[in-house]
Amino acid sequence: MLELDTVTAGYDRRAPVFRGASLTVAPGQSVGLLGPSGCGKSTLARVAALLHRPDAGRLVLDGTEVRTWRHRAPRELRTAVGVVFQQPRTAADPRLALADLIAEPLRATGRRAEAEGRVAELAPAVGLTADLLTRRPHEVSDGQLQRACLARALTLRPRWLICDEMTAMLDASTTAALVAAVETYRETTGAGLLAVGHDRVLLDRWCDRTVEWKDCLPAEENP
Amino acid sequence: MNAPNAPHVSGQRLLRALDAVSAERAEDAVLSVRDLTVRFRLRGGRTVAAVTGADFDLAAGECLALVGESGCGKSVLASALLGLLPGNAETSGTATTDGIDLLAADEKTLARTVRGRRVGLVPQSPAAHLTPVRTVRSQLEETVRALTATGRRARRKAAEDAAERAAFPAGHLDRYPHELSGGLAQRAATALALIGGARLLLADEPTTGLDRDLVDRTADELRRHTDDGRALLLITHDLAAAERIADRVAVMYAGRIVEIAPAHRFFGPTGPRHPYARGLLNALPEREFTPIPGMPPELSALPEGCAFAPRCPLATELCATVPAFTAGLACHHPERPRA
Repeated sequence: MLELDTVTAGYDRRAPVFRGASLTVAPGQSVGLLGPSGCGKSTLARVAALLHRPDAGRLVLDGTEVRTWRHRAPRELRTAVGVVFQQPRTAADPRLALADLIAEPLRATGRRAEAEGRVAELAPAVGLTADLLTRRPHEVSDGQLQRACLARALTLRPRWLICDEMTAMLDASTTAALVAAVETYRETTGAGLLAVGHDRVLLDRWCDRTVEWKDCLPAEENP
Repeated sequence: MNAPNAPHVSGQRLLRALDAVSAERAEDAVLSVRDLTVRFRLRGGRTVAAVTGADFDLAAGECLALVGESGCGKSVLASALLGLLPGNAETSGTATTDGIDLLAADEKTLARTVRGRRVGLVPQSPAAHLTPVRTVRSQLEETVRALTATGRRARRKAAEDAAERAAFPAGHLDRYPHELSGGLAQRAATALALIGGARLLLADEPTTGLDRDLVDRTADELRRHTDDGRALLLITHDLAAAERIADRVAVMYAGRIVEIAPAHRFFGPTGPRHPYARGLLNALPEREFTPIPGMPPELSALPEGCAFAPRCPLATELCATVPAFTAGLACHHPERPRA
């Protein structure tokens, strides 16, 4: 279970972005979180991805409450969650070739030896050719770079995947291709998915269930 | 409806009818693009074929949506029309508006008579387009000052009128860009594009990253400006936005326009005829949600013949040659229009 229990979070304790949000994703389940821009859904995605510490409330990952969280959440918990952001240009290190981008999580966790094999597995899964893997971000299109960012999120075989507006910048065909790659990964690993977005048609088609942003919030916080 | 028995005859008739339509278009066209080609020369002798042989007309009151995957050359086409290509670009063909060939005009002509006056640009991300340290009013007035020689009071009035035309609320004029929502920033940018009274509007991905309500609103506002007698070239990968406001849809693949079709046919039950256009539509979540296999080719290493052939389910040996663009289509074996 990936569980957010009455979480309050934001960038200023006196003015949190949202208060008391609750949301649960079961293993193997895909949940779409739907909300307008500026509602706070990306902040919630960052909390769920263990990248942003909530001000209050509980975050529980497979029964383990994430407690010891000062500057960063503990690594063994963080690596259980993969995340893909909206803008591949700002998410990817411009100095790294796509192959290094995908392998970096393994290097960072001291598993350099596995890198080559894992990249060779992931590249075809997200539709990247060997030629593209040698290029750096400025030499590929947004769609190709987002494919690499998805692969990178899957490198450590996360049990949970958070996709925050993963396809908002992409054309219809690339969108369908990336969603298919996510679903193939989930079928083979049983990973859970939280897909955050504003496209109802897409989320309804993609996910087992779609939650409206206001349904995560306690009734009195509803607009 | 009776299907004609001799398809080649009806095909010819169709061609003639289409030619007649496009000839009519050419006369009252706000923008006339003929065989527009853009090449970038890279170091090491490589050439990027960004746009090849684009050919279309755009009439007053008409919206043409240019759709295609990212990196297919859509934005390069827009930059070419504004004379904003980088120095290593080589162009050929013509793009005429109001008797001026945008490709041949020198920088002075472009700066003094074209940008803002004949061609207005509605940018992709208004937040990045607006100056962060100045209010919306001051930016509007600056543009008024640059485009028209008027006194201070007239300037203020012109800026307020432009804001009103773009449905930008007067009460927000003294705000800075960071104090505006995405929708209002988009309107402020649109107001800037409208100031010079340009008859041709270029909107380059005006809806990217906006949520659906805002996409619909932005699209509807662009449509309203089109209905006021402007011509709108809407460059987008958002097929829903194109369906909402476009009169015609041009599909671009690997630098070439492969099909131009009326929007009602493109999005209607008949559908487009080019296999790529059909694939693009079928990738939508409200349709089959299946991607087109493979990825678009590199514009610096295009295959011989039809660039889509390696991904095309209908490809045959015919596709080793580039199909000519006739009657709004460039394909050797298009899907037949269904009656």
